Amino acid sequence: MNTYIYILVMALVTYSIRVLPLTLIRKPIKSVFIRSFLYYVPYVTLAVMTFPAIMQTADSFIPGLFALIVGVICAWWGLGLFPVSVICCIMVLLVQLFC
Amino acid sequence: MNKKFFLKGFKDAIPVGLGYLAVSFSLGIACQRIGMNPFQGFLISILNNASAGEYAGIKVIEENAGIITMIAMMIVANVRYLLMSCALSQKLSPDLKLGHRLLIGFDVTDELFGLAVSCDGYLKPAYFYGAMCSSVPFWAVGTVLGIIVGNLLPQYIVSGFSVMLYGMFLAIIIPAGKKDKVVLGCVVSAFILSGLMEVIPVFSGISSGFKIIILTLIISAVAAVCFPKKEEEA
Repeated sequence: MNTYIYILVMALVTYSIRVLPLTLIRKPIKSVFIRSFLYYVPYVTLAVMTFPAIMQTADSFIPGLFALIVGVICAWWGLGLFPVSVICCIMVLLVQLFC
Repeated sequence: MNKKFFLKGFKDAIPVGLGYLAVSFSLGIACQRIGMNPFQGFLISILNNASAGEYAGIKVIEENAGIITMIAMMIVANVRYLLMSCALSQKLSPDLKLGHRLLIGFDVTDELFGLAVSCDGYLKPAYFYGAMCSSVPFWAVGTVLGIIVGNLLPQYIVSGFSVMLYGMFLAIIIPAGKKDKVVLGCVVSAFILSGLMEVIPVFSGISSGFKIIILTLIISAVAAVCFPKKEEEA
C-alpha cells in the first residue's frame, strides 16, 4: 500500500474525530460508560504503545529496559515531558556505550 | 479587535510551538526508521497534528497492515480528541459560522485545547488561529528535522533519540496513574498484557497495530464497567 494513501486516511479520520463534535454533536456526552471509557482510552493506548516497544529500539533490550525504569521513576517524581524524555535518551546512549 | 486576539493567541502558543519541536523531532526519527522521506514526514505532521496518533499510524505504515487497521487505529489513538472537541464545542458561540468550526477543528490538540478552554467567555476564533500559526509550523518542521538528522547520525544515537517519544508517553501516563489508582491499574495491566502478547507464540502473528487496538478497547471497557467515572471527574 502506498504511504501517501495511508497518510491521507490518517488525516481524514483524525480530522473527522476532531471536527464532528464541533459541527454535529453540540451537546455533552451523557452516558457514564462512554465518558469513562473515553477517559481511560488515552492512557491505555500510550501504555500499550510504550511497552514492550521501548525495549526494541536498540540492538538488545537492556538499554530500553534501563530507560523504562529510570523514566518511570522520574515521571513518578513529577518531572515534566521534556526532562523525562531527555533522561530516557541519555540512559539509552550511556548503556549502549558501556555495555 | 480581531488582530489583537490573533496576536495574543500567537504569543500564548509560542512555548507550545517550542515543545512541539522536541516531540515532533522524535516522531521524525520514528518516520526515518521506517524509511519515510522528509516530504512524507512534513505531510504526516502538517495534516495530523497528533503525537500518539501519528506514532500509531507510523506503526501501521511500517507493517503495511491495511486501510481498515489504519482507520481503526486512528479512531482508538485519537478518540480523546472527540472528548476535547465535545468540551470545546461548549466554548463556541452558538452562532459561530460553520467555516470557523471547520478550521478550529483542524487543530484540536491537547495543548491548544488547554489554551482555548482557559479563555474567558466564548472562544474568539482569531485567538485560536493565532495560536495555530505559532505552533503548527514547529510541529511539521520538527518532524522534517528528525528525518534529516536521523539519516545523518549513527544507529546507536538514533536509538537514543527514538526512546524520547516513549519517555514523553511515560511522563503522561505515570503522573496520571499516581493521581488515579484506576489509571495506574490500567497502565500496569496494559504493560503486562502487551508484554505477554509479545512473547506468547499464539499472539506473535498479530500485527502490533491490531494489538494496540484490541488491548486498548478491552482494558478501557473493563475499567469503565468496574470503575465508572462520575460526571465531574471524567
